[in-house]
Amino acid sequence: MPSLGADMDSGTLIAWHMAVGDHVTKGDIVAEVDTSKSVIDVETFTTGTVEEILVAEGAQVPVGTPLAVIREDSADRAEPPATPVVPPVRAAAETPVPAAAPTPSAPAAPPAALPAHRPMASPLARRHAAALGVDLASVAGTGPGGAVTTTDVERFAATRRGEPAGPPVRAAVEAPAPAAVAAPAGQPAAQPLSTTERQAALRRAIGASMARSKREIPHYYLACDIDMSRVVQWLDERNAAAPVTERMLPAVLLLKATALALHEAPDLNGFWESDAFRPADGVHVGVAIALRGGGLVAPALHDADQRPLAELMTGLRDLVARVRAGRMRSSEASEPTITVTSLGDQGVDVVQPVIYPPQVAIVGFGRIRPRPWAADGMLGVRPVVTATLAADHRVSDGHLGATFLTALDRLLQTPEEL
Amino acid sequence: MDEHALRATVLRVLGEVAPEVDVTDVDPAEDLREQLDLDSMDILNLAIGLFQATGVEVPERDYGRIVTVDGCVSYLTQSMTPPA
Repeated sequence: MPSLGADMDSGTLIAWHMAVGDHVTKGDIVAEVDTSKSVIDVETFTTGTVEEILVAEGAQVPVGTPLAVIREDSADRAEPPATPVVPPVRAAAETPVPAAAPTPSAPAAPPAALPAHRPMASPLARRHAAALGVDLASVAGTGPGGAVTTTDVERFAATRRGEPAGPPVRAAVEAPAPAAVAAPAGQPAAQPLSTTERQAALRRAIGASMARSKREIPHYYLACDIDMSRVVQWLDERNAAAPVTERMLPAVLLLKATALALHEAPDLNGFWESDAFRPADGVHVGVAIALRGGGLVAPALHDADQRPLAELMTGLRDLVARVRAGRMRSSEASEPTITVTSLGDQGVDVVQPVIYPPQVAIVGFGRIRPRPWAADGMLGVRPVVTATLAADHRVSDGHLGATFLTALDRLLQTPEEL
Repeated sequence: MDEHALRATVLRVLGEVAPEVDVTDVDPAEDLREQLDLDSMDILNLAIGLFQATGVEVPERDYGRIVTVDGCVSYLTQSMTPPA
């Protein structure tokens, strides 16, 4: 059961989209999970053949519980069959496919649940592994992005000692006969939540997250007014010449410029975990999207620094549509490396944003509005947006934050190069 | 299309743009951005939906004319009526 938010303890497996014997590819949607806030489409991290389904439809299990066994295509089985630690189905760091394109745009990465290079693990897990004499490379990780957690280390060590298989977090559901998904004996199916219950759950989750942020993260705040006349002119010309289906919103340029500016301030792009900063591998911008019934989600737009604007626009439209319909992919829920919140449409000039743990920064944009602007000793009127940055003072200082905002401003002066 | 059919089309597209909303409750004369909390993404999706349903392209400078249901209907009627 993947962790799909900092505050998630458990999830309900609503439906399997794969059966024993099926072949799945990394990034395929293989299950639907209800987190009580929304339904998430869970993607597989592994390419291979489904050997066993461990959790039945309707079961509610804690985060970290193995959900299924997938035998990888090329690798030999590293552990003996008795080992309960198997690559569970979890979020994949995969570029989501835009609604318009039916085939994946990214080439399939070579599958590897147990990478040969230095495995991802929290510093605490590393110390634990060293203390127990466990080689981290042999342990399958169930943490975010496949990272090895201390629980994973302990389970692996228990197995090595010959203790009976069965990690403490395993759900009460025993593996059913490896046929198509069968209902287990005696496990009551979780009832689907009403809209009101969902909204209440979402509200509680946001509250918990924001309270934690304010309690734990020493925020610093910076702001910068950015001349948007070049962006507005470039967009007007481009949109007038393009069909309506290819029109772009200013938001997409703001998102891409933010993603690119992070290259000059990498300490704003990553996670705070186990008392240390872990820089992220890519730039996956969490886009804050307001839900009409109330509530806020900020799913990831993957690789926002690398994709062309048109593709980002399609991706953004698709993301917003799915999220408002209550659906999200697991990689979108669990992998934002920074968040951007844009409240311009609501008429707000300046946003004072709150960081979403475990991220370490958040960028805010207000309205693009006409303002008096001094340039070359003359006074005129230009469309201006106020960009704000809130960042974690444990990781960076105002100097780095200023570098980021300066880069952002500079990038938005040449929209044609975004 | 006659006005009745156009109105039904507009409401259908609106329902796709904002699936959480009950389109039968919508006041046709009131600004949709206030009524339904539509943002710029929604208005763009509305323009795209109307284009896909009727073939009429609404340029950005005309967005102000399609922010009410009545506005959509009259804009589409005008654009689809051949000039005399």
